[in-house]
Amino acid sequence: MILEDPPAQSGERPALTRTGRWVRGAAGLAILAAASEILGRAGIVDRDYLPPASAVLARSAGLLGDAEFLSGVWSTVRAWAIGLAIAVGGGVTLGLVLGSVPVLNTAVRAIVEFLRPIPSVALIPLVSLILGTGLRTEATLIVYAATWPVLFNTIYGLQDVDPVAKDTLRAFGFSRLSVTWLVSLPSAAPFIATGIRLAAAIALILAVGTEILSGFGQGLGVFIAQAQQTIDGTTDVLAGTVWAGVLGLVINAALVLGERRLFHWHVSQTSDRS
Amino acid sequence: MSAGTGGRTVVRLGAGVLHRWLALAVVVAAWEVGTRAAHSPFFPAPSRITSRMYHLWFSGPATRLFLTADATSNVVPSLLRMATGLAVSLVAGVGLGLVLGRSERVFAYVDPAFQFARVIPPPTLVPVFIVVFKLGTQMQIAAIIFSAIWPILLNTTDGARSVDRLQMETARVYKLSAADRVLKIIFPATLPKIFAGLRLSLSLSLILMVFSELLPGTANGIGFELTDAQSRSDLPTVWAAIVLLGILGYVLNAILLAVERRVLAWHRGSRGTDA
Amino acid sequence: MLSIREVGHSYAGHVALRDVNLEVARGELVSIVGPSGCGKSTLLRCVAGLMRPGQGRVVVGGAEVSDVPDDLGVVFQDYSRSLLPWLNVRDNVALPLRRRGAPKEERRAAAARALDAVGLSASARRYPWQLSGGMQQRVSIARALAFRPSLLLMDEPFGSVDAQTREELEDLLLRIRGEGMTILFVTHDIDESVYVGDRVAVLSRAPGTVIADLPVDLPVERDQITTRELREFVRLRAEVGRLVRDGAP
Repeated sequence: MILEDPPAQSGERPALTRTGRWVRGAAGLAILAAASEILGRAGIVDRDYLPPASAVLARSAGLLGDAEFLSGVWSTVRAWAIGLAIAVGGGVTLGLVLGSVPVLNTAVRAIVEFLRPIPSVALIPLVSLILGTGLRTEATLIVYAATWPVLFNTIYGLQDVDPVAKDTLRAFGFSRLSVTWLVSLPSAAPFIATGIRLAAAIALILAVGTEILSGFGQGLGVFIAQAQQTIDGTTDVLAGTVWAGVLGLVINAALVLGERRLFHWHVSQTSDRS
Repeated sequence: MSAGTGGRTVVRLGAGVLHRWLALAVVVAAWEVGTRAAHSPFFPAPSRITSRMYHLWFSGPATRLFLTADATSNVVPSLLRMATGLAVSLVAGVGLGLVLGRSERVFAYVDPAFQFARVIPPPTLVPVFIVVFKLGTQMQIAAIIFSAIWPILLNTTDGARSVDRLQMETARVYKLSAADRVLKIIFPATLPKIFAGLRLSLSLSLILMVFSELLPGTANGIGFELTDAQSRSDLPTVWAAIVLLGILGYVLNAILLAVERRVLAWHRGSRGTDA
Repeated sequence: MLSIREVGHSYAGHVALRDVNLEVARGELVSIVGPSGCGKSTLLRCVAGLMRPGQGRVVVGGAEVSDVPDDLGVVFQDYSRSLLPWLNVRDNVALPLRRRGAPKEERRAAAARALDAVGLSASARRYPWQLSGGMQQRVSIARALAFRPSLLLMDEPFGSVDAQTREELEDLLLRIRGEGMTILFVTHDIDESVYVGDRVAVLSRAPGTVIADLPVDLPVERDQITTRELREFVRLRAEVGRLVRDGAP
């Protein structure tokens, strides 16, 4: 298959090497940082509005030594993890039930199709009224929002299972339940994993969003919301945002890595980015 | 023979539709009965929610499409902000994505910055935008754009990068102009991916539309009505706003799917998923 | 018309082509035949200007090939990837003519003539994916014809269709040739190389090089059954077969 990949095509430049990509990526980040520095220091942008990148990064690093900030991040992560775990457990179970009992599927599908389009953040005021603020509200909202991608990807993955593989095992006398366990679940697993990755991102949106709206208590979102209220808290707002991004990055990277490890045999793994 | 099978299909289809709506009707009825029995202030009966929706938004004069003043001053601005944000995201995301997808070098410069930007949970950016733009429409549109652009941008990039080599070589052999290469080959080839991104962006922009209106200090919008009702503990209105948002989400998604079905007929056809 | 001189190429240490020499006169149809992996497609891509050979040069119409030459048509084996699924058959065929600056009406007329020549007038408004494989390859051929190239390159054009369609397409090729069009026809099918060619150039196993250049002394009018019975056809096909198998003259 060497023949399939001619390195020197006229009119096209050779592909970038790994180092080439890294160097350019680093340069891109450096240019961005330098631009914010120049804009801030030259007074083109008011420093109260947009502090330069160096100040934001220094503050972000400083927050690592701030016990209160860290315990806030911890409570955000805890709510995220609890909510996501319940959503994954519930979503997969419900997906398996709906995916294997068609009658139930059509009945529940109608309800689900009307519930799903409700933007999850719209429920924040309602749930806050009912449950007050705190971990329970946060986790409830996360469960609601994160269940959908898991549920739909589970059902979708089950539809994609090769019927021949199922029939083969049925022909050997396996029960429906063991066929589900031995064939359906493993072959749906890559789809479920993709659903979990989407759910993880949505769960983080809900966790931080709920905290920002409630404005008091503990959490990364609370930190950001309170910093926004103080006179020159912009640096803190941005430093908090940097950590929210890092959190998103770590979660996404861990899940992508996990998927690659577990499902390297699955085709869609190579091209999926979103 | 064929007429018989056709008839049976119609019957089965009808049964399917009936089945679905029946299930929904049963659930709504149970909800009605349950809430009336429970008398909980938090869970008003669906009939009360519906009548609240009617009085709030849809009891206007026929000349104004039955919309009330409340609807034109809250629902319409929300939808306009969302449409603006989504339109800007679409144009900018597709334009930038096509460039990034076809130039590995430009892509390499911005990739790490973009990878970071897209994983920031969008609500955290709302306080940042409030600082930069102050409260108001600008801030809200900026927040919508910043969350909705990533799925479109990254999917377009991905699609433009993986245009079939043979199609690009055909374009080279027949010496298509640069404009024709983009318009006749790269853009159409990327369309399926663009729509995949757009579906995600649509729900994200709805989320951010609501979220940006929930913060104290907003002047109008469905989200504003929602938090306003919350502060007055007016639960029927809270529920009415949520149901309205659900309906809007459903309708917008249905419109997008219908457009996609038309525009991408060739895609489903060439994949053999459409007879 | 076409002159390939001392062309060689290697990919990451694997020598695909070495010292390939071939001259093709205007209006000729030359088959290039060889075992799979002998660098036939690489050679064709060098001629098309889609890649630059490591050594040697390719001259088309008196000018050395550095980019894709003007007046070039190509038919790839993989029609389903080379035709654009979002354009209907007529627009696919008319697409290359945009470069010629002809008005839309003229482009459509040219596309209609080309589709008529390949017997697909009735399918102009359909989409490629609604057609069978053989019909799709006819569309590719019509697209090349409508462009009226002086040099037509065909890379295993009939490699992905069933045997019967293949024979039909071979006869189609024999009908449309001429009119000053020079054709380079790459195949791994020995019978086919003899049946359609004025000459057969045999490539050896990798590193590919021309080990024989045989004139095909068959009547211009050819027929799937009677031509294949001719003593000259049988002799040539055995000779080419032996060369391909042994890799040496």
